[in-house]
Amino acid sequence: MKQNIALELKNITKTFGSVVANKNVSLQVRKGEILSILGENGSGKTTLMNMVSGIYYPDSGQMLIDGQEVSISSPKDAFRYKIGMIHQHFKLVDVFSAAENIILGVEEEKKFDMPQYIERIKEITDQYGFELDPYKKIYEMSVSEKQTVEIIKVLFRGADILILDEPTAVLTPQETTKLFKVLRNMRESGKAIIIITHKLHEVLSLSDNVAVLRKGEYIGTVKTSETNETELTEMMVGKKISLNIERSMPKNTCDRLVVDKISCINREGVKLLDNVSFHVRAGEILGVAGIAGSGQRELLEAIAGLQHLTAGRITYIDPKTNQEEDLRDKTPLEIRQMGVRLAFVPEDRLGMGLVGNMDIVDNMMLRSYKKGKSVFLQRKTPKTLAEEVIERLEVATPSVNTPVRRLSGGNVQKILVGREIASAPTVLMAAYPARGLDINSSYTIYNLLNEQKEQGVAVIFVGEDLDVLIELCDRILVIGSGKIAGIVDGRNITKEEIGLLMTKSSEENGEKEVAEDGKTE
Amino acid sequence: MGKLNNCMIKAFCNPPVHIAKRDTLVWWKAWGIRTISVLLALVVCGIITIALTGINPINLYVTMFEGAVGTPRLVWNLLQNTAILLCVSLAVTPAFKMRFWNIGAEGQILIGGLATAVCMIFLGGKIPSALLILISFVASIVAGAIWGVFPAYFKTRFNSNETLFTLMMNYIAIQLVAYFTLEWSVPKGSGTPRTLEYGQLPMLFSQKYLINILIVVLLTVIMYIYLKYSKHGYEISVVGESENTAKYIGINVKEVVLRTMLISGAICGIAGFLLVAGTDHSLKSDTSGGRGFTAIMVSWLAKFNPIFMVLTSLLIVFLEKGASKISEVYRLNSSFSDIITGIIIFFIIGAEFFVNYAIKISKKEKEANV
Amino acid sequence: MIATIIQRAVMQGTPLLFGSTGEILTEKSGHLNLGIPGIMYVGAISGVAGAFLYEHGVGANMNPFLAVLIPLLCSLLASTLMGLIYCFLTVTLRANQNVTGLALTTFGIGIGNFFGGSLIKLVDMDVPSISLSATSTIFKTQLPFADKLGWFGTIFLSHGFLVYVAIIVALISSYVLNKTRTGLHLRAVGESPETADAVGINVTKYKYLSTCIGSAIAGLGGLYYVMDYANGVWSNNGFGDRGWLSIALVIFSIWRPSVSILGSILFGFLYVIPTYIPDITVSTKKLFEMLPYIVTILVLVITSIRDKKENQPPAALGLHYFREER
Repeated sequence: MKQNIALELKNITKTFGSVVANKNVSLQVRKGEILSILGENGSGKTTLMNMVSGIYYPDSGQMLIDGQEVSISSPKDAFRYKIGMIHQHFKLVDVFSAAENIILGVEEEKKFDMPQYIERIKEITDQYGFELDPYKKIYEMSVSEKQTVEIIKVLFRGADILILDEPTAVLTPQETTKLFKVLRNMRESGKAIIIITHKLHEVLSLSDNVAVLRKGEYIGTVKTSETNETELTEMMVGKKISLNIERSMPKNTCDRLVVDKISCINREGVKLLDNVSFHVRAGEILGVAGIAGSGQRELLEAIAGLQHLTAGRITYIDPKTNQEEDLRDKTPLEIRQMGVRLAFVPEDRLGMGLVGNMDIVDNMMLRSYKKGKSVFLQRKTPKTLAEEVIERLEVATPSVNTPVRRLSGGNVQKILVGREIASAPTVLMAAYPARGLDINSSYTIYNLLNEQKEQGVAVIFVGEDLDVLIELCDRILVIGSGKIAGIVDGRNITKEEIGLLMTKSSEENGEKEVAEDGKTE
Repeated sequence: MGKLNNCMIKAFCNPPVHIAKRDTLVWWKAWGIRTISVLLALVVCGIITIALTGINPINLYVTMFEGAVGTPRLVWNLLQNTAILLCVSLAVTPAFKMRFWNIGAEGQILIGGLATAVCMIFLGGKIPSALLILISFVASIVAGAIWGVFPAYFKTRFNSNETLFTLMMNYIAIQLVAYFTLEWSVPKGSGTPRTLEYGQLPMLFSQKYLINILIVVLLTVIMYIYLKYSKHGYEISVVGESENTAKYIGINVKEVVLRTMLISGAICGIAGFLLVAGTDHSLKSDTSGGRGFTAIMVSWLAKFNPIFMVLTSLLIVFLEKGASKISEVYRLNSSFSDIITGIIIFFIIGAEFFVNYAIKISKKEKEANV
Repeated sequence: MIATIIQRAVMQGTPLLFGSTGEILTEKSGHLNLGIPGIMYVGAISGVAGAFLYEHGVGANMNPFLAVLIPLLCSLLASTLMGLIYCFLTVTLRANQNVTGLALTTFGIGIGNFFGGSLIKLVDMDVPSISLSATSTIFKTQLPFADKLGWFGTIFLSHGFLVYVAIIVALISSYVLNKTRTGLHLRAVGESPETADAVGINVTKYKYLSTCIGSAIAGLGGLYYVMDYANGVWSNNGFGDRGWLSIALVIFSIWRPSVSILGSILFGFLYVIPTYIPDITVSTKKLFEMLPYIVTILVLVITSIRDKKENQPPAALGLHYFREER
């Protein structure tokens, strides 16, 4: 029994600065077994697996392969121990063919012989049931084909332990079914497979065992055959923790934004948003819950005028005139010129919301620099604003002329949120505004959102911590694979219920929930 | 046992020296590093000169100094050359700040010069001199701007590689000018460029080059203000730093790229005007004398700051003038100055690494700053 | 006459072919080396210096083998050193590629003209040039039966050995890039260094090797120009803008050394054609010299409009690669 264990982790701990990413995690995977590692966003699943594949090095703990203790400090080491990881972001050379990507970096004594390599690739595809044209260029491929290339790349190097990070996040249901078939074939031939996921139905249909992580801690491993969705959800989300975020009853609510059946696709033609409809009301916080990458970003960007839509309408209702304005396919500039005061705190703070190399004052005027007829910048107002924000939000900075790149994450976020709120918005959208922040800074941000709500702003809050969503938001929109899985009342919902909505296959119930949502409006 | 093994593997895979990007270095430390690099470069150049020629290096640098600023005439010459180089550097700067590699300044200068020459030849003597100067000034600006905006258009429309495009545009301009130089030379086809008598920039206080210098000083101030205090300058910075942010706040990136290249080309055109109407009073295919390329280094070394550019362009011209004096006095070939300039630039370029990155020796956590 | 035109075109094209093959190898690793014109000057002058010393050292008793070998080795060595300077600054010290390249060109042309000028002074001649006719004759040795085969001989057999070297080097480069593991790895480095790094390819090693080898090849272009094309006569700035034309040729041949062979002949053809047009003025000739650049821009524009991935510059061209701290 013991020899059968392909990989065993004992008491692995990893910290980044003061953040504990993994604490005493122990788990094992056998040959011919599929193990799911289940956990919410930020529970430390990917960090754990990055240690196995040599990207990070654990602070303490042991790793055993075939019963032998090993040290893996680079991806090359991982290859040597026959461990292969398929990351969420593919590393492929676009202009190369599939075969060229697969054999890239393989140093062999033998002569470089393309036909023979292709023969070997074909053997692998036939053995496990992949569908792949080895001559096809990567840039002509769909996401699912690229993933296939990544998996074969790992198999070609003789990997016996395969780790897949959120493999289905980018796949259509049909592609997922195909992938699962291949994974089962690999299991039959004795490979040890680990999939990182937070989709419960996948866990149940595919894996033999499930290891659950929550906030960096190892909760336990259960046999898939002996568990059910409710138990897993409970393990994953844990008991509700009271955060004591104040929440007032919404006053004078009225529709501010009406999003009607919008859809959009990415470059590969995959639907990122699929027939999404909802209302955003003034004086209310609308939470958006969902697994990372389910279309939250596209949703906010569509409203902000940064995402081209293939269908649907976004209507803005002016608070003063009650006039309706169509926002679809307008640029951010046009939206602003129409007098729509939209504030947007994007997920990528330094890459989008702020310019890292500019100082605080210059970042303050990103939105407002165009004001006035003068050709010159007017730095007085932004400077006053910067000073105000620094004082009110307790930003720790040497001066207003410090480049924001040099501030800590929490302070960067305060600057960004402070600026967005300063424009006196009627709609405020914030994507993961508390991510990576310490508790105090997080509460500062929550309070700011609440304040805005009380002033009659329509607030959209995209979050990942269900406890926060439940305590902060008046209504919570749950999104899954670009579709609305449900819109629920923040006051009468449990974490488990949201967790189930998030993780349920959107296919089975997407339609129904939309219909229910229609009734509540 | 396992732990020891771990340590060894770790040390092997992560070599003891590693390189990390610094946060901003205090300004005096950064300039300290740069000064050291220039001094080192001068030492190396000294050694090379001795090896090649056997001249005492002290004498050498004295000669160099004399050659650059020895007489008032030389000082004026130095200032004039600095002014032109600075003008071109100012021209390429907004483009570089936007991360648009305009290495076509050479061509843009020549086209500006060509436009000036056309005006001076065809309108010369027919209209008052002041009007002629004004017309040729405007013509040079328009010509330079067109030459600059052309690659920018294809960049924004089809994403053509601007480095290669602007580079090619240089040689088209050079051949075009070579053609006209021959056409206009006296006697025709001889290659001796015609002296352009009408529409020369006037002397100020009986100084031939003063007006050139004043124009460039004015341009420097304008460019400094433009980049730092104008809305356009702000947009250039945002586009250069992060195109994503630019889109997020609704900047029309294409428009900014086109507009900035228009300005960049236009100022190159002015440099061409100053060279033809203000300095040489003739046009040749080497009128710009490689300044389009040197300016790239000047601008880059000054971190795209117009005020620092005064210093870097002065440094480079000083070196050139000094080195050519050395070659004159010691009967060396005039290309000697190119070698010296090259070496010094290598050192300055290399020094930037130590300004931007810290070399850390993992075990002892020592910091090596040069 | 057509045969002569083609023969002249090949001679004009050969330095460009060397230059562009070298530059293609370098660019395939993601480095835009604008120092190529300087490197070609250095390749030329170091060959001249070697030949000069040998010719003046042994006088009439020249060993033809050594007379070729010495300049050849001097040229290869000096150009490789230039490549090393570029690599050290751009790869190890992560300096800006364009700035470094342009400085290298200034430096290289300076070296060429300085040493050329100094040698000219040494021989104390009235004309501002050095003539190494003895060495040149050896470099220009053609196949013995070239004259007897009429147009065929003129076109294909009448050249000095470096012409064939240029074509063979281009063909080998093409083969290495497209058919070998080394080539695959090199292209991966230029397209996506992080992908290459992730699969264990030594990115720095590939960048150094391709740039230095590329520089050595480009330097031969300078050597060919002096020893063969210019009959062993060095004159300052004689090499002209052929270095830049080589870079144009890289774009024209869309980063394919095999296409470069034909491209170089076409460029050479455009260069020599005005000589064969009756009654052409010197100035009009200048307009003809514009043609290669215009053609190159057209190619650049057309390939970017068609936007076919294979015809684009290497994706990471001009960018640094720096593995982030873990």
